[in-house]
Amino acid sequence: MLEIQNLVKHFGALIAVDDVSFAVARGEVLGFLGPNGAGKSTTMKMITGFVPPTSGTATICGHDIAQAPIAAKRCIGYLPEGAPAYPDMTAAEFLDFIAHIRGFSGREAKRRIGRIVETIHIGEVIHQPIETLSKGYRRRVGVAQALLHDPQVLILDEPTDGLDPNQKYEMRKIIDEMRPNKAIVISTHLLEEVEAVCSRAIIIAHGRILADATPEELVRRSRRHNTVRLAASGAAEAQIRAELLRLPTVAAVEAPGDGEGLQIFPRNGQDIVADVADLVRAHRWRVVSLRVDRGRLDEVFREITAGAAERPLVAAAA
Amino acid sequence: MRNLLTIFRREFVSYFTTPLAYVFIVIFLVMAGMLTFFVGNFFGRGQADLQPFFEFHPWLYLVLIPALSMRLWAEERRSGTIELFLTLPIRMTEAVVGKFLAAWCFAGVALALTFPFWVTVNLLGHPDNGVILASYIGSWLMAGALLAIGACVSAVTKNQVIAFVVTAALAFIFTGAGSPAVLGALQGWAPQWLIDAFAEMSFVDHFSGITRGVLDLRDVAYFVSIMIAFLCANTILVDLEKAE
Repeated sequence: MLEIQNLVKHFGALIAVDDVSFAVARGEVLGFLGPNGAGKSTTMKMITGFVPPTSGTATICGHDIAQAPIAAKRCIGYLPEGAPAYPDMTAAEFLDFIAHIRGFSGREAKRRIGRIVETIHIGEVIHQPIETLSKGYRRRVGVAQALLHDPQVLILDEPTDGLDPNQKYEMRKIIDEMRPNKAIVISTHLLEEVEAVCSRAIIIAHGRILADATPEELVRRSRRHNTVRLAASGAAEAQIRAELLRLPTVAAVEAPGDGEGLQIFPRNGQDIVADVADLVRAHRWRVVSLRVDRGRLDEVFREITAGAAERPLVAAAA
Repeated sequence: MRNLLTIFRREFVSYFTTPLAYVFIVIFLVMAGMLTFFVGNFFGRGQADLQPFFEFHPWLYLVLIPALSMRLWAEERRSGTIELFLTLPIRMTEAVVGKFLAAWCFAGVALALTFPFWVTVNLLGHPDNGVILASYIGSWLMAGALLAIGACVSAVTKNQVIAFVVTAALAFIFTGAGSPAVLGALQGWAPQWLIDAFAEMSFVDHFSGITRGVLDLRDVAYFVSIMIAFLCANTILVDLEKAE
C-alpha cells in the first residue's frame, strides 16, 4: 500500500533524509522512532507531498506522489506535526470543510462526520472554536480529519503528543481498531507506544534507517534480554553467585546493587529462568524476588542511535 | 471546480467570523466618506457625479488592500495550516484562485456597501449612472490587481507585517507609476523606452480613464492581466516556499 524507495532530502548543505526505503502493507502499523531532528517528520512530509524529495519516490496505493499527487493524496489521511487546524473555525465547521474537500456533501458528509465524532469522542467540543480547545482535543480533531474519508493509508505524526494517559490509551485503541484495513505509519518518541501499538518499528537517526524490525526483535537486542533477577536469602551472595556460574547456561552474574539482587546473564540470550529456579530449589534458598527481564527498548534505542555517525554534509564538489 | 468553491467558501466566511471584516468595512466607508465630502469637495463643486469619490480609491486601496492580502498565505504558514492545506487532494491553482477570489469578493462587498454615496448623488441631481457603474467596475478591477500583488507577496513571508509593508510599497509604485516621484527614480539612467513602459503601468492613469466614463478595453485588460500574472507567480511561489 505504501512504498518508499531511496528517499533523499537535502536542505541546502544539510542532509535531512539520507536514502530511506521501506514498505508498509495492509494491516501493518509501522512505528517511526528516532531522536529529534532524525528526519521522521521530513520523511512524512515527503510521503504526503508537502515537501518535494531531492530524489527517490513514494508510492501510495500505486500512485507516485510526484507524478499523480492528487490521486495519491486521496488515499492518505495525514496528521501533521502539531495537529494544525484553522483556529477561528469550530471543529464542526472544520470537519465539514474537510469532508467537502474529500468529496462528500450533504447527508453523506453529515453521516461521516457524525460517525467520526463519535469514534474519537469530540462531541462535547464540536461547536467550540478550535483555538479554544485544549491540546488534547486539538489533536483529536486532527486525527478525526485524517480518518474522515476512511483512507487506506494513515500517516500520523506524533498522534498522542500532549494527551493525558487516558486519552493516549483511547487513541491507541482507535489506531488498533483501524489496523486491519489500513497501512498506518506513526512517528513517536514514546517507546511504550511502539510496544503497545506497532507491529514493526523503524529507528531512524541523522536521516538514515538504523533498524527495521518488530518490537520483539528489537528488544531481543537488548543486553538485558532474558536476564534473570534473583534476590535470595539462605546463603551468602558470593556463594549463590558461585553456584549460579556453574550452570552451563549462565554466562555471567553481576550485582548491580539496585535492590533487586543478582543479575544473571544467559548464554546466547536463552531462557534460563527454569534452570535458576531449579537451582534455588535444589539448594533450598528462600526467594525474595525472582523476575525475568525482557530487556528495554530504550536501551536498544540508545545503543543504536548513539552509535550512528554525525549528520553528514553534502560533499562540496558534488 | 468543486474544490475551488469549497476553498472560496471557507475563506470568505472566515473573514466574517473575526472582527476583521467589520473593522475593515467600517474604516473603509468612513475614510471614503471623509475623503469624498471634505477633501474631494463633493458639495462645493456642485457637480452630479462621483468623481471625488472614485478619485481617492487608489490611495484608499494603497493602505487597506495590503491589510486584506497580508494574511492570505502568511497566516497559513505561521499557524502551520499550510501543511494541512497543501496535503489535501487539491490543485495548487484551485488553492490560489480560491483564496484570491474570496479576498476579491470581500473587497467587492466593501465596495458595494458604499451604495449610500450613489443614492446621495442621485437624490441631489441627475448623474450619469452608466459612468458610475463603469467606475465601480474599474475600481473593483483595480482592487483585484492590488490583491493579486499582495497575495503574491504574502506567499513569500511568514511575517504579516513584512507582507503589508512590501505590498503597500509595491502598490505605491504601481499606483503612482506615472508620477514624477516614481519616474524620477528612473530618470537619468534608464533608457526612454523603459521609462515610458513604466509610466504605462500607472494604476491611476488606467483608472482615471474609466472614471471619466470611458470603459476602455485596454484598461480592463491591463488590470486583468496584472491579476493573472501575479496569480501565476503566486502559484509558483507557494510551491517553492511551502516547505522551507
